[in-house]
Amino acid sequence: MTAAPLVSVRGLTIGATTDAGRKVKIIKGVDFDIAPGEIVALIGESGSGKTTIALSLMGHTRTGCEITGGTIRLGDDDITAMDERARSGLRGTAVSYVPQSAAAAFNPSQRIMQQVIEISAIHKLMPRPEAEKKAVELFRALALPDPETIGHRYPHQVSGGQLQRLSAAMALIGDPQLVIFDEPTTALDVTTQIEVLRAFKSVMEKGGMAGVYVSHDLAVVAQIADRIIVLKGGEIQEVGTTQQILDAPAHPYTQELLAAFEPVPHELAQIEHRPHERPILEIQHLYAGYGPVRNGEPQLKILKDVNFKLQRGRNLGVIGESGSGKSTLARAIAGIVPAYRGNILFDGREQHLSLADRSKDDLRRAQMVFQLADTALNPAQSIEKILGRPLYFYHGMNSRQREARVIELLDMVRLPAALRHRLPGELSGGQKQRINLARALAAEPELILCDEITSALDTVVAAAILDLLKELQRELNLSYLFISHDLSTVESICDDVLVMYKGEVVEALPAAQMSRDASHGYSRLLISSVPQLDTGWLAGLEQDPELVAAFSDR
Amino acid sequence: MPASLTPYFLIAQRLGVALITLVIVSFAVFFATELLPGDVAEILLGQAATPEAVAGLREAMGLNQPGIYRFLHWFVGLASGDLGTSYVNNMPVADLISGRLANSLKLAGVTTLFAVPIALSLGIGAAMWRGSIFDRLVSVLTISVISVPEFMVATLAVLIFAVWLGWLPALSYGADVGSWSAMLKAYAMPVITLGFVVSAQMIRMTRAAVIETINTPYVEMALLKGASRSRMVLRHALPNALGPIANAVALSLSYLVGGVIIVETIFNYPGVAKLMVDAVSTRDLPLIQSCAMIFCISYLSLITLADMIAILANPRLRH
Amino acid sequence: MSEKSLSLRLPTPRNLGYSFNWVGRIGLMIILFWGAVAIFGPWLTPYPVGEIVDWDYFGPMSDKFWMGTDYLGRDILSRIIMGARYTVGISLASVTLACTGGVILGMVAAVAGGWFDTGLSRLLDAFNGIPSLLFGLVVVAAVGSSIPVLVLTLAAIYLPGSYRFARALAVNVNTMDFVTVARARGERTPYLILQEIFPNILGPVLADLGLRFVFIVLVLSGLSFLGLGVQPPNADWGALVRENIEGLSLGAPAVVFPSIAIASLTISVNMFIDNLPTKIRDRSE
Repeated sequence: MTAAPLVSVRGLTIGATTDAGRKVKIIKGVDFDIAPGEIVALIGESGSGKTTIALSLMGHTRTGCEITGGTIRLGDDDITAMDERARSGLRGTAVSYVPQSAAAAFNPSQRIMQQVIEISAIHKLMPRPEAEKKAVELFRALALPDPETIGHRYPHQVSGGQLQRLSAAMALIGDPQLVIFDEPTTALDVTTQIEVLRAFKSVMEKGGMAGVYVSHDLAVVAQIADRIIVLKGGEIQEVGTTQQILDAPAHPYTQELLAAFEPVPHELAQIEHRPHERPILEIQHLYAGYGPVRNGEPQLKILKDVNFKLQRGRNLGVIGESGSGKSTLARAIAGIVPAYRGNILFDGREQHLSLADRSKDDLRRAQMVFQLADTALNPAQSIEKILGRPLYFYHGMNSRQREARVIELLDMVRLPAALRHRLPGELSGGQKQRINLARALAAEPELILCDEITSALDTVVAAAILDLLKELQRELNLSYLFISHDLSTVESICDDVLVMYKGEVVEALPAAQMSRDASHGYSRLLISSVPQLDTGWLAGLEQDPELVAAFSDR
Repeated sequence: MPASLTPYFLIAQRLGVALITLVIVSFAVFFATELLPGDVAEILLGQAATPEAVAGLREAMGLNQPGIYRFLHWFVGLASGDLGTSYVNNMPVADLISGRLANSLKLAGVTTLFAVPIALSLGIGAAMWRGSIFDRLVSVLTISVISVPEFMVATLAVLIFAVWLGWLPALSYGADVGSWSAMLKAYAMPVITLGFVVSAQMIRMTRAAVIETINTPYVEMALLKGASRSRMVLRHALPNALGPIANAVALSLSYLVGGVIIVETIFNYPGVAKLMVDAVSTRDLPLIQSCAMIFCISYLSLITLADMIAILANPRLRH
Repeated sequence: MSEKSLSLRLPTPRNLGYSFNWVGRIGLMIILFWGAVAIFGPWLTPYPVGEIVDWDYFGPMSDKFWMGTDYLGRDILSRIIMGARYTVGISLASVTLACTGGVILGMVAAVAGGWFDTGLSRLLDAFNGIPSLLFGLVVVAAVGSSIPVLVLTLAAIYLPGSYRFARALAVNVNTMDFVTVARARGERTPYLILQEIFPNILGPVLADLGLRFVFIVLVLSGLSFLGLGVQPPNADWGALVRENIEGLSLGAPAVVFPSIAIASLTISVNMFIDNLPTKIRDRSE
């Protein structure tokens, strides 16, 4: 790169003040450049400081944080030396921002158009009719439906994917030199994500603007970035072109990230398949939903006629996007959301649909593990108490037996015994998820219902949890019902897969053959929408427009 | 949009709830005054009355009938405008109240007129410049006013304006109200006192409501578009805080009720509250009931009005 | 066991992992001071409460009478010390009743849901629609004023608010996954309420209790000021202000000091709950 860089960051340090009034450094001396027209990705786990760095390029830090050292230059301007008024003069015109959740970033009480052209009003860039015309052009370029009229609506009247593209229009209206994308597709479903990514890529190419793309997802970044900066703990680990990072990562941490991404195919259950054996779980014509019940049917019907069998020692994956009913399925099986029709057979024995009517022993044999470890553990109870309760409740152990068993359980999930005196708030996300699992194991179950248990975790931590699940299965002869929106996760642990769409199972097939043999239109769309670690994947992707129209909420 | 979410349906629902609440409240008032121990006939005849006289009066007043029947009788009368007759001077309660009510409304109205704009600007200002000297000063002042009883605010006001400075008379109505300046002086003390009591809550709640919306991602988004502080607050935060602010105003105005009781007593102001306190000391139950119902109805209407404003201010329900 | 350190340390807030700023500390100290005065009152009064000890009325502050004398020539300091028993005692009893009842009902409603929750919430919301001082007036008018009546009336006035607050908190906790886990385990309502929900709403509930205590002190003082609270010859602080209100135009200490006593109690409770000790979360880092 011979041209002068557009952005140049030198020795940037950002400090934060903790509740105890102690000052900590969250960004510890970061240097990088961005050339005009170049898109640079900031990759890292939660807490790596990627969003903090991106926001600092606009001269903004969140409450409690401040830039404590270093310089940020944007073109000829030194952002770190500016006062707040001068910085706000640059925001929107020189550098602009596309937020993580457009749904939250749009003001609910103003029409979309007014917010999209607000930058031109704040900085007096152009008269209103001209700004509106420009916005409509941007809407068109971003492939939004009804570009002429979509601006007249209110934010709650358009879909999430559309809002995300509208927020890009909002960022581009002032012709900035640099656009910051802050995890802009993380909250979207994969089938929606594709269209948004495509739109971003095409407007950025046409406009020739430089970009900073913040993400935790290497595959997404591979489609749009020219260079990648890998961050961990507020420090740069590695910088390189996208191709180089994907093909020849130099830093061990980058290698770890890539390794966690590669799906490890699951070895099929070694237990010989005996068709005459009773399945551990059988679901027949199950219907469930929420809301007030009228004439025996709830107001909001979610599950429709779900049928499947899960053989002992095997794992069944349930995949689908938000609103597909996959979590409701797990809750209906556990009886938390009582099904209003159908049969649930556990080891051949019919179960009451509501958990209030089930026996303690039936409840014990099927345990559920939740997605968010933070909310699944009572913050007021010590780990010992959390794990001890099912031991007392199901097995009637006394306190000495409980203590011994808690230590055993902690060992099973590879945690030190001393952890039992801590409170959940003092553990990391991965540790909490292990405790969650240990609590299910304490019941000595035969079936574990896993509801998106790795979705909230960083990739490396999630991979370790999946390994643990496999290990436990070998030792304890468990069966898993594994719910996820992430195909590669399901592929790496399940024998069979159900694909759900709008409350119905549209296809059931072995996991190993999923990508090859899926025949239902929605399954094919879903599988083809998962980003690959390949820079040319998005450009080369062709999806049947009819499938897209039929199944995607774009 | 399902029919259950249209604003008209929600407003109708609010009105329904208000009506049901009114019935429950009136039952509570009736229950507290007539059904709790403490015999009306004995009160009227005094300690020295013979048991026969008490029994006779009970019979005559219908006190031997079942409670629910007496409640219905009273409630239907109330609804049709028959407020009953005073025990003490045998005048219709409606006549006793009518003039006093106008006085109280005047006092409340003038206070509202002054307090609401001042409180809203102070609350919004404190939120806009959160953490500044101005914000802290407002915080300390409002906390102090909230933490002390209404009568202390009143006595302090008397001490400062009437005793030390000698600007204003300590009593309001005794003075003649011949000229504009005299009238201003007559109203000044009660209005200042009541204004302090009402504004303090309103300022705190308004500040909290605005700060809550300032912390939302869309206000941060406005900042990242280069918006000035005042634009962020006035264009983005405030319109979304309207519902909570309307609620804050209504809740604080309901402090008028408590405040008015103290203020009218201290300043000897001939309003409904003074009437009621006097009625309490003579145990004139029909008068107490009617006054209590007037206060409850005004409180309920304020809350219901605020609820309706909050519904109408919500863009998700409007469009 | 390294984590069970046996070293001798003073249990200061910081050593227990809490930070507690000086505004909160001052608040707590004043609260404790008034608490002690209320408990040890009879041993602290320099003069008998009801006795006229000065020939002058509305006497000024002096070596003999630190806070002056009242409209009959009684010692104000002694009367304030004894008044603390009524103001603090009645308020504490009412707030305890109101919050215990409100919190238990609120948690049960949140966990049980259904018609029980709807019915109770509607009913108590309606009671919330009665201005507090007004309700006090009405009850006192009907039943007459005595200490048990005051305690019960004040508790009844503030129970609905406490219920609504606790229910809102409990509803939030009730939707958390850890409660769902306990439910799916087969746990019954008493366990859910006591073990899963109550510990997680305790902090805000205590802060709410403090606020409600302030409100009750204010309403009680207001009632006494109107002559409907604690009846002579006894007097709480509100009644002391009423008794001596004529001294106002003279700037008599007899009316100033009871007012200061009320304000110091309510302001210090506010200071304390606005600056509660906060757990230091980043200890291990």
